[in-house]
Amino acid sequence: MTDTKTSAPAPAFLETYIREQRKKKDILLMTHIVMGYPSFDASFEIVRQMVDAGVDLMELQIPFSEPMADGPVILKANQAALDCGATVEKCFEFAQKVADSFDIPFLFMTYGNILYKYGMDAFAARMSEIGVKGAIIPDFPPEEAGDYLSAMNKYDLSAVFIFSPETSDQRMKMIDAHATGFIYCLARKGVTGKETQFSSDMGSYLARCRQFTRLPVAVGFGVKEKADIDFLVGKADIAVVGSQTIREVEQKGVDATGPFIRSLSLLV
Amino acid sequence: MKHRGYYGSFGGAFIPEILVATFDELDARFRQAKEDKGFWEEYETLMATYSCRPTPLTYAENLTRHFGGAKIYIKREDLNHTGAHKANNVMGQGLLVKKMGKKRVIAETGAGQHGVATATMAAKFGLECTIYMGEVDVLRQRPNVFWMEQLGATVVPVTDGTRILKDAINEAFRDWVTNMDTTHYVLGTACGPHPFPEMVSWFQSIIGKEARVQIMKAEGRLPSRVFACVGGGSNAMGIFQGFMDDPVELVGVEAGGQGIASGRHASRLCSEDASPGIAQGYKTYFLQNSDGQMEETHSISAGLDYVGVSPILANMRDDKKARFEYATDTEVVDALKLTMQMEGIIPALESSHAFAGAFKEVANMSKDDIIIINQSGRGDKDIFTVADAIGDPKWKEFICAKAKEYQGDISK
Ligand SMILES: Cc1ncc(COP(=O)(O)O)c(C=O)c1O
Repeated sequence: MTDTKTSAPAPAFLETYIREQRKKKDILLMTHIVMGYPSFDASFEIVRQMVDAGVDLMELQIPFSEPMADGPVILKANQAALDCGATVEKCFEFAQKVADSFDIPFLFMTYGNILYKYGMDAFAARMSEIGVKGAIIPDFPPEEAGDYLSAMNKYDLSAVFIFSPETSDQRMKMIDAHATGFIYCLARKGVTGKETQFSSDMGSYLARCRQFTRLPVAVGFGVKEKADIDFLVGKADIAVVGSQTIREVEQKGVDATGPFIRSLSLLV
Repeated sequence: MKHRGYYGSFGGAFIPEILVATFDELDARFRQAKEDKGFWEEYETLMATYSCRPTPLTYAENLTRHFGGAKIYIKREDLNHTGAHKANNVMGQGLLVKKMGKKRVIAETGAGQHGVATATMAAKFGLECTIYMGEVDVLRQRPNVFWMEQLGATVVPVTDGTRILKDAINEAFRDWVTNMDTTHYVLGTACGPHPFPEMVSWFQSIIGKEARVQIMKAEGRLPSRVFACVGGGSNAMGIFQGFMDDPVELVGVEAGGQGIASGRHASRLCSEDASPGIAQGYKTYFLQNSDGQMEETHSISAGLDYVGVSPILANMRDDKKARFEYATDTEVVDALKLTMQMEGIIPALESSHAFAGAFKEVANMSKDDIIIINQSGRGDKDIFTVADAIGDPKWKEFICAKAKEYQGDISK
């Protein structure tokens, strides 16, 4: 599967990859880490175990001092990573290392100011150079994403946008017109890391998401065990597990990562 | 794509998708209110009957004589109910909340003035109320915490980040993204995503409207300069709007903390330490490092201790429509002491920055000049901080005795 990093990413690279993987699996798994938490060495080992356990794609969060959309678990991880000296440069170096070492696509997740300060074009150029395939920026709604989208498109990178249960049909269509790669559907209101009810309401919301995008659909916020992922089979293409891995690592140590991811997998 | 709420290159609405519908509703309600003359009348009546408006414009005769330069007038926002200009914005947003039919309000607070004003409004309008306040500010503004709780609000100390105003704003947003169906976020200053800068400034414009009429009545001419302290920028925007189209120099005074060179300050518009960035939902000058991580700020006054600033003021700075200066913690305490002793007026530590800024210039102005200082609030809340700064031994004795008394209560 070396093609994921050696071939130049076409605009539809991420989308194509997801559709190909979906031929093999009922649902894909995307996981998340905060780079530099608890340390860059530990982050690398967590990624290694995740890939080894069969994760299909990963979000690498560049820590930010004001992570407005994140709940207590990821918020504390952001702060701790910064306190331990994580910088944007170190995150780029780390991302390059994992992209070189593992054959799955990696995405950046961070807040708009990190890109704005680095320079939108320079940031996208650097992503392209190190082999990161796309980004999720929760505080860049399409209305504020003009410069960001130009830069991402210029380097054939995917700009993943978000749908929420509050997003109207019409707005979903508008967002879909700007998005590439896949759509990240928030399972519920609130911040990351809180309880989510996987219910019939969510079923109809996800059907609505499907209806208004041409792209594969990922679901995140509150996905934390196999039952949640089982529920999403047939309703979404990708299940996203975020805060729960951080909790597992905090409680049981880095080596708990592999077993935890395997416990989510349908193949077990 | 729709580009809303920009002032030059500053402002915008960098909001997470989950809040877009909530902001659309708020913006629509605000537009309706702004176009409805009846709404402003309702607002003015409420402020006249509940909050002592119009607040007076006081001629500071003794300070004028002391400095021997321009004539000094003080706009008395301290005489609002709850003791600061914050009430103007809060009561205005309260009227909108009633129209939106929401049952709960949340707010951030630094100095506690905005929190107290919000708790008051919630009590009057029968709303549930939660106030987020950085842990550092909870300690330095304890009297206001007491009043918020007595008024029926829940005060949540924020222990993340730098544990001051910006962290309280983040926490309020985290509450809002969960509870927006029932809850309105009463943002306390002219910052944050559109329409907050415009909306808060609109409610605060009542200060400038009154001040202009009052100075014309008292002197028959305009002031040469108007001074206001700048935290997020709401009291400054409030008074500046009365003189926007006039040949009046608008001077904003930021927190100089321990001095610009020390790096321990909150001067975003008058120092070289800040640069344009995007955080807390809007674009403005932020005190941040080269990676875009927000820096720690410092000020003796909790209300000016903030990393960002109103996008409207950021644009006025770049367009040279206003001038920005700073006053250090020590200069501020000196200005406060002088104002108390000469005029019998006790400005809040925040407002004392405007006084300190004005005092640096007033002696060099002509006797024909007039200045207005916006006294955004009263200083009672700062009793602990000011007592520490002054080092009053009798106050310390009293606190020790009171502590002993309470220890007796607790051990009983
Ligand atoms: C009395 C007083 N003045 C000024 C401020 C600063 O806010 P702004 O710049 O929005 O007027 C505060 C904020 O807490 C305050 O309490």
